[in-house]
Amino acid sequence: MNETRILSEQETAEILAAAGHYPDKSAASVEALKIVQKYRGWVSDEALKTVAGLLEMSPDELDGVATFYNLIFRRPVGENVILCCDSVSCWMLGADRIREHLSERLGIGLGETTADGRYTLLPIVCLGACDRAPVLMVGEELYEDVDESKIDELLKRNGQTWTDR
Amino acid sequence: MDRPLTQNIKPDLSPVTLDDYRRAGGYEGLAKALKEMAPADVIGAVKDSGLRGRGGAGFPTGVKWSLVPQGESAEQKYVVVNADEMEPGTFKDRLLMEADPHQLIEGVVIAAYAVQADTAYIFLRGEYHLSASRLEQALGEARSAAYLGKNILGSDFDLEIHLHTSAGRYICGEETALLNSLEGKRAIPRAKPPFPQISGLWGRPTVVNNVETFCNVPHIIRNGVDWYRGLGRGEDAGTKLFGASGRVKKPGLWELPMGTPIRVLIEECAGGMQEGYTLRGFLPGGASTDFLLPEHLDLPMDFDAMMKAGSRLGTGTMIVLDDQTCPVRMVLNLERFFAQESCGWCTPCRDGLPWVVELLEGLLAGRGRPEDLDQLEQLARLMGPGNTFCALAPGAAEPLQSALKYFRADFERYLKPASTARVA
Amino acid sequence: MAKITVDGQTYDVKAGDNLLKTCLSLRLDLPYFCWHPALGSVGACRQCAVVQYKDESDAQGRLVMACMTPVTEGLRVSLEAPQAREFRAGVIEFLMTNHPHDCPVCEEGGECHLQDMTVMTGHTFRRYRGLKRTHRNQYLGPFINHEMNRCIACYRCVRVYRDYAGGKDLDVFASRNNVYFGRFEDGVLENEFSGNLVEVCPTGVFTDRTFSQHYVRKWDLQHAPSICVHCGVGCNTSPGERYGTLRRIVNRYNGEVNGYFLCDRGRFGYGFVNSERRIRQPMLRGEPVSGETALAHFQGLLGGHTIGIGSPRASLEVNFALRELVGAEHFYAGFAQGEASLAAAILDVLRHWPVHNPSLREVEQADAVLILGEDVANTAPRVALALRQAVRNRAFERADRLKIPRWQDAAVREAAQGEKSPLFVVAPNATRLDDIAEAICRGTPEDIARLGLAIANRIDASAPAVADLSQEDEHLAELIGDTLTAAAHPLIVSGTGCGSLSVVRAAANIALALSNRREGRAVDLCYVVPECNTLGLAMMDERSVKDAFAAAKTRDLNTVIVLENDLYRRADAGAVDSFFNGTRHVVVIDHIRHGTAAKAQLLLPGSTFAETEGTLVSLEGRAQRFYSVMPGSGEIRDSWRWLADAAAKRWSNIDALTAACAAALPEFGPIRNAAPPAGFRVEGEKVPREPHRYSGRTAMFANREIHEPKPPDDPDSALAFSMEGASVDVPPALLPFVWAPGWNSHQQAVNKFQDEVGGALRGGDPGVRLFESPETAEPRWFDEVPYRLRDEARWRAIPLYHVFGSEELSALSPPLAERVPAAYAALHPEDAERLGVGETLAVRLNERVVRLPLRLESSLPRGAVGISAGLAGLFRSDLPAWIAIEKEGERP
Repeated sequence: MNETRILSEQETAEILAAAGHYPDKSAASVEALKIVQKYRGWVSDEALKTVAGLLEMSPDELDGVATFYNLIFRRPVGENVILCCDSVSCWMLGADRIREHLSERLGIGLGETTADGRYTLLPIVCLGACDRAPVLMVGEELYEDVDESKIDELLKRNGQTWTDR
Repeated sequence: MDRPLTQNIKPDLSPVTLDDYRRAGGYEGLAKALKEMAPADVIGAVKDSGLRGRGGAGFPTGVKWSLVPQGESAEQKYVVVNADEMEPGTFKDRLLMEADPHQLIEGVVIAAYAVQADTAYIFLRGEYHLSASRLEQALGEARSAAYLGKNILGSDFDLEIHLHTSAGRYICGEETALLNSLEGKRAIPRAKPPFPQISGLWGRPTVVNNVETFCNVPHIIRNGVDWYRGLGRGEDAGTKLFGASGRVKKPGLWELPMGTPIRVLIEECAGGMQEGYTLRGFLPGGASTDFLLPEHLDLPMDFDAMMKAGSRLGTGTMIVLDDQTCPVRMVLNLERFFAQESCGWCTPCRDGLPWVVELLEGLLAGRGRPEDLDQLEQLARLMGPGNTFCALAPGAAEPLQSALKYFRADFERYLKPASTARVA
Repeated sequence: MAKITVDGQTYDVKAGDNLLKTCLSLRLDLPYFCWHPALGSVGACRQCAVVQYKDESDAQGRLVMACMTPVTEGLRVSLEAPQAREFRAGVIEFLMTNHPHDCPVCEEGGECHLQDMTVMTGHTFRRYRGLKRTHRNQYLGPFINHEMNRCIACYRCVRVYRDYAGGKDLDVFASRNNVYFGRFEDGVLENEFSGNLVEVCPTGVFTDRTFSQHYVRKWDLQHAPSICVHCGVGCNTSPGERYGTLRRIVNRYNGEVNGYFLCDRGRFGYGFVNSERRIRQPMLRGEPVSGETALAHFQGLLGGHTIGIGSPRASLEVNFALRELVGAEHFYAGFAQGEASLAAAILDVLRHWPVHNPSLREVEQADAVLILGEDVANTAPRVALALRQAVRNRAFERADRLKIPRWQDAAVREAAQGEKSPLFVVAPNATRLDDIAEAICRGTPEDIARLGLAIANRIDASAPAVADLSQEDEHLAELIGDTLTAAAHPLIVSGTGCGSLSVVRAAANIALALSNRREGRAVDLCYVVPECNTLGLAMMDERSVKDAFAAAKTRDLNTVIVLENDLYRRADAGAVDSFFNGTRHVVVIDHIRHGTAAKAQLLLPGSTFAETEGTLVSLEGRAQRFYSVMPGSGEIRDSWRWLADAAAKRWSNIDALTAACAAALPEFGPIRNAAPPAGFRVEGEKVPREPHRYSGRTAMFANREIHEPKPPDDPDSALAFSMEGASVDVPPALLPFVWAPGWNSHQQAVNKFQDEVGGALRGGDPGVRLFESPETAEPRWFDEVPYRLRDEARWRAIPLYHVFGSEELSALSPPLAERVPAAYAALHPEDAERLGVGETLAVRLNERVVRLPLRLESSLPRGAVGISAGLAGLFRSDLPAWIAIEKEGERP
């Protein structure tokens, strides 16, 4: 299994570089987990143990941190993580409708991943673009003033192997 | 009208480059501070300017800085930028970081000089990817131009700024939770006292301020205290970013003098309500502030005036409630957010907020009982300021308690006589 | 001092404490969860809310958490204000929203702090109608059950396990009302203080898994004040019994000794009492006989040359009874040869040198610590826990400078970060205190002694110098010597662990050197000794089993009486065998079968700590009394009674024996005051061992006898095997358990029994100290500097200890046995590589070859072989010793 292999040299180097910004290595815990996630999408138990070793933490301590933060994924996610803002301004302007449309198109609910592993749908709190509500984020990209047609367009662009399911 | 915070920001929101920034007088404040002012003078100027924290609590910034032990102490000190903007309805710091990152950097360097810190961290929420890349870019430019690093502008002052990107958790915006998070721990708030100025990051004296607060500082130093005080229209000094979202015609963000009436923001800047909608109320400063009503529109947007009206200026970004949105459902949305974002440390927040959610969901599902409204009021009271470990739950109580006060009929509408059946 | 007003009443109290502690010390009932006297305040649970008023005219007040509020002059608060009562009831109601309310099937029920606080706040009606969140539980090993659904998220578990005890494998996961307290993955909780979770958890998340095997409600347990017998520390315990079975051990607070905490060896090692291996019937040449027959036979053996061999795991009284029976000159302490000389050397230092043998509370005050040659976490775990607190003193000093109260737990830890008072670990291999050490040095016992002597010389140049010191050691000696010299409360910890007289003596030299630098003031020196009465027995007699064997050879030996001692743990099997073969009659009095018992012609069933009374002298030199929690069943008798009966009932009860011992050996004079005598009464009544809610008394033996049996007499103590008697004003040494109205969990109920919460027990912490620093010390430098021993052909065998396994009796407890490793030999990996040895190592010692599984241990010094000490299946020898490695153990 690819994701359970110990960290690559690149990942290790990046983690140690991040740790260099702090007087205490363990301060880089969140950044280190994000580095792992950047390359693997999520943080497996094995990866977590390895990171803990690098940062001189116990796996228990690091997992206490990992499970605290919303955007550290301790379970596999799809290639594209779609974060749907469900906070108040987006909600007022139709976030529920947007999410339902996404669910319908992808065939998954919140917290689920499409069978082909391409998409994971997750809720997210306010993305700080309330003047352009409703918004969502795919990968690192923010989508503003989202409506059904924008979603269809987005999914078309990303490839849509699951439509007829 | 001076709009110092946004004066350089381009219409297309592309980042202000170092050259652009310098052409407009950027880093002059820093040069002035380093060459003409002692650290204590900088603190004095910020104190005299009347600048109050722009993160929501409105604590006087200069006073905060002055609590850092001064003098020839060898102890490490830190400056930390709270860029964990996650208050629902708030979208101001993102603009400042994406569109004019050098303004923030200059403010941080001046602040670090004032408290004699040699290391600063920008604690940025993880989802702000564009802010991150623009800040990294600007930090690199600032380093090359000797605004950062050793012997800044030929002085004997050194500073390094590190960008730390987080991984999503509203509580990180609480300054002491932010410090724990920055230390790589669970973002649990800390008891105060001791305040961060005494024992902050890694137990060392630390100043934590909001992005927008830092952005004010270069202008205060460059243009002087009197100029800055003169910017405000009312009690408070300076300008501030104010925003409006919801069913207004032109949702957005504007830099306005402190003390500007709310009406100007909602009716002029945001163009009033969309066709077919009328204003029922608004949360004046993000999700964790009490509702205000149309009757409050002429209040000045000052910290104390908002407090007197029973709410808070908060982040100054208004969430507008229209007549076709159910306030009970809106409150449920807010309380779900707070319940989800509770860190789990103290009891009233951890266990009280899910109960609020449960009661509201029950009410909306027709399972409500008349006594539930009293209980919601009690829960809001039990989660009040001082009762909980930090301000998260009291913030959650604010929209709840004010909605129960102003929109009680909407809650009662969901109470059906048939819903008194006992739970098995 | 400060004058404060609580609900209109004025009190003079200590300024600077937190208000919660102050209220509890005033015996006010204020509910709380997350605060603990030993852990400090974190303000998480919000249960201890009170209303604070600005001044007399302030009628409104504001809610504050008592645990986070410093007591200052003029403080005005109310516990009873409606606002405070409503909030406290609200907090309980919040906590109960997710609690499963499974008290009837919960093992915490009846001693649950959550139950107590729920009742105290008056929360009686459930308003919450939602679903409760549920969790998956984890397997945490043989000691601890996990039931997370009961959790109220007070965070005490991680604070005691991680912050206080240094555990790494328990933490808090997730967030909001989904926080989860457990391990990263299912598995054994590794820290040797895990059992404290059971007591510190305010509800039933962590419960005693060994207790579950034979569970009864707390109120149905019969208790006694007892002393742990599984190492030399002398922790105070409260064992619980029902139907003749020992059910569990819980902590018994002693402010000077164990405070609130026990180690897992002491807590879970009790199983031997219920063991199949118990000796329950007198045996004559392998055949069961009656007590009378056995006694008559015993008396018949006493003519002729008779010697007695005592035991460091038996009480002063029973050893003394044997000594009286056979005569002092024929009584041998029963140490192994090495143990005897080490104990004698330690006694000499404690008696005559300018040293102070500190209590554990004093250990916690040390601001610089040197551990010289002792693996404390394995040989005296509770001392290691105290040392872990001592290194926090520098953190407290920083907190003081920042004006952060010391009880602000999280704030103090944050302010101090990793800052620790210096602790130096000089030991043969890695120890579980290395993580808090400023410097670590590893070497053979000789290396350790040399470094120790060099440190003494560094501190005081008149101390003997060490030649040919390596540069590294020289630097270390400077660092350690200078640090100890600069400290206000330096502490030296050493002991018998290395088996080296030089180590023991080097530690003494350091203490003397420090004393010389401190105008002769006594210096804290703590010697770890292996067994519960090593020190007491050594005070009585210093002779080893080898001395007994030698005596047997000089004269035709008729009878040997071996008392509570397995000689095969004290000397080489060949020597023991030939001793027994040369002895006409072997009498063994013990409670457990072992190699020696198998050699007995007459085997007499003695009693464990749970069935008898006696006095033990701890490594602090504290004489402490333990009491039977149940009468011995069947033919089991107090071991001393077999001896007394054989000597024509010389002592009527234990007090007579204690008094005789104190009279015969003046050093033991104070032991009579260790606890009240059997004749002591509270208002004319004995102290009941059973709680007043003890149930089934009239029916519990109805299967045998329909009439309620008369409770057994107890001529040996002021305690009664009964639920009737005095329950107030009981002296601390006689407290079988602690309970106060409304306070059913003993960790919390003990508040009501202390002078101030977390301080001494009211009436004084039990026990009497037998050594105070001598008024005129007579030290003489130890000046035998060992050579730096390295030998190409031979290997230095050194003992390695295991908290679970190295002690004889606890290792017989089934749950603990699960944690005992198999006997092994260890080598540095490079030595193993060089030798080309694989999975087993064959070592030759005393002409015997033993094959042991090989462990690679990179912390071992080169040229040394670590031998697991005291584990089953191991040969016995005094270590350190020179051994040869046989080259037959090739790589497979």
